[in-house]
Amino acid sequence: MVAQNATLRSKEEIKENLRKPEVITGSEILLRSLVLEDVECVFGYPGGAVLYIYDAMHGFSDFKHLLTRHEQGAIHAADGYARASGKVGVCIATSGPGATNLVTGIATAYMDSVPLVVITGNVATTLIGTDAFQEADITGITMPITKHSYLVRKAADLPRIIHEAFHIANTGRKGPVLIDIPKDVSAELTLFEPVTEVSIRGYNPTVQPNKLQVDKMLKAISEAERPIVLAGGGVVYSGGHEELHEFIIKSGIPITTTLLGLGAFPSGEDLWLGMPGMHGTYTANMSIQSADLLINIGARFDDRVTGKLAGFAPHAKIVHIDIDPAEIGKNVPTDIPIVGDVKTVLQLANKDVKYAAKADAWRAQIAASKLEKPFKYQDSDEELKPQWVIEMLYEESKGEAIVTTDVGQHQMWAAQYYKFNKPRSWVTSGGLGTMGFGFPSAIGAQMANPDRLVISINGDGGMQMCAQELAICAINNIPVKVVIINNQVLGMVRQWQELIYDNRYSHIDLSGSPDFVKLADAYGVRGFRASTKEEARAAWIEAMNHPGPAVVEFVVRKHENVYPMVTQGSTIDQMIMGDAE
Amino acid sequence: MKRHTIAVIVNDQPGVLQRVSGLFGRRGFNIESITVGTSEEAGLSRMVIVTTGDDKTLEQVIKQLYKLIDVIKVVDLSANPMVGRELALIKVNAEPAARPEIMGVVETFRAAVVDIGTHSLMVQVVGDTEKIDAMVELMKPYGIRELSRTGVTAMIRGNAK
Repeated sequence: MVAQNATLRSKEEIKENLRKPEVITGSEILLRSLVLEDVECVFGYPGGAVLYIYDAMHGFSDFKHLLTRHEQGAIHAADGYARASGKVGVCIATSGPGATNLVTGIATAYMDSVPLVVITGNVATTLIGTDAFQEADITGITMPITKHSYLVRKAADLPRIIHEAFHIANTGRKGPVLIDIPKDVSAELTLFEPVTEVSIRGYNPTVQPNKLQVDKMLKAISEAERPIVLAGGGVVYSGGHEELHEFIIKSGIPITTTLLGLGAFPSGEDLWLGMPGMHGTYTANMSIQSADLLINIGARFDDRVTGKLAGFAPHAKIVHIDIDPAEIGKNVPTDIPIVGDVKTVLQLANKDVKYAAKADAWRAQIAASKLEKPFKYQDSDEELKPQWVIEMLYEESKGEAIVTTDVGQHQMWAAQYYKFNKPRSWVTSGGLGTMGFGFPSAIGAQMANPDRLVISINGDGGMQMCAQELAICAINNIPVKVVIINNQVLGMVRQWQELIYDNRYSHIDLSGSPDFVKLADAYGVRGFRASTKEEARAAWIEAMNHPGPAVVEFVVRKHENVYPMVTQGSTIDQMIMGDAE
Repeated sequence: MKRHTIAVIVNDQPGVLQRVSGLFGRRGFNIESITVGTSEEAGLSRMVIVTTGDDKTLEQVIKQLYKLIDVIKVVDLSANPMVGRELALIKVNAEPAARPEIMGVVETFRAAVVDIGTHSLMVQVVGDTEKIDAMVELMKPYGIRELSRTGVTAMIRGNAK
């Protein structure tokens, strides 16, 4: 206790010291400002245009800097850090190729509304526009995939810009903000005066909802016979999971949570129907299609959720709660729009919400459907099934882990078979579907949660897109447990080629993948391989108990598909139920 | 497909035009014309954008514009009684014999001749888009050498909004 107080005090002391006005370089302003924004960890990669910044970081210890092996690793790690912690993730890259290597990660964060502050170097202001060495117009390149961006022209602007960037990234609908700092600006000496106020004239997100609209929703609930809640990532981002829980318990409305909403509502509860959409549960999809009231809370009606829009929730009155007014009515016409912060809206609604009394028959029908049609697969004792592996991971980790995934079949199986009861325990690239995201994002999640078990579930394809970051796990002893579901093929692509392209398997064979155990070993990370259930459980338990990072490769059945499946262009009740049926 | 004229008040910052026009491009919104200039307040620019689309598209255009941090205000001008003006410079073939006839058109349109060459006239015309279109049509028979139009700038009439 004493030690903790001492840490707190020293942190405040550090900040107090940094707040003193002083003539320093732009680079030092950047570092001080980051500390004042409570940044604890930065992921980055140096280069010519950020040398002044890295020079200022020499011996600097007020936040951690992790040197990744690729800028893509840095930004996905910052993203994982942000999603798992709720704080702003920060990464630094140099100009030109360093900055462009961030693009995939920025787009990933933008699509999923993840708060990031991305700092890039640029060539000196005198060279901008001359096609100078390692020059790229990164603010121009990233304009469509950032919430906002800055090209800093003088060091004196830095304190304001950095403070604004953090504010913009982490308020309203969250998202990545880019700050591009030319080399001469990072070297320029100026008087540093910290900025604590923020005033951006064109930026005032609506947090408080319109009370009349909320009342309309409550009235609709009292009239509904078949209501359903569709909750998304916005619940997690607003920190409104407890309010959501109260809302569901009070109203008794069945709830389905989108891919990014997993963990926003405890998966074990009766009213939870699982995930909707392309690989969602039968009950979730069918319930949406027969509902007479659909309350969307912080989800954006992504096409992977809605299927064919024209036939989506055809009988339902639509309520849409979102902090971003542009989402309302974008895809699905809305009867009752509620613009506001999810948590604030639910707090207001919870004061008056009544039990949806007319929905008793509906609840009974849904409960029966849930029992009758859960996710199913045919287990095997000959071959390792990926679904079984996920279930085993869930059992052995007691559902307490933070799980990050890459993109593909393993991602969907993880979403289906690992059950989440807490928000910020599920980190996945939903909107952009970014392969290579799974492993580095786990590094960030682990940095944000040093005491929790972090499992990174990957396919053999995606793992090879950022495998080099095993180095930083080994060097910094970041104890991420890397799972590779190896089916020796690009599984989701194979599934589509099988079902939609008439079994024409084109360029999906991943033969020639490295021996992942040896690869882990080469980086100084413990590696395990398992091909049977016995081996799998034993390897996993050993890996989990190993104090450092570990890679566990599960060699699974090659021809396994993700079911149920709604093919593109179908309505979500047109489900292919698959092998288990 | 309706035609809409909107005014977008933005921070006078480098890159703002790119942010706005880029947004239209990547969201599949159409820009018929865009004009940018200073506004009544220092530090703010006023863009007037003419776009086409149904009401739902217009609603999305406005909502998406508001998401840009540098956008202060968006006004749907064409939802109100509005004055919309465009300026065009037309360099038209004009041998001395044809000049009186061209001058007649110019006077009727309350346009002006702003430059005289040996074989051409430069005509300046101000008005709404339809008036400019009509003027251009009338000049075509003489042979238009160069044409430059500014795009629409507009305001709501009187004290409305």
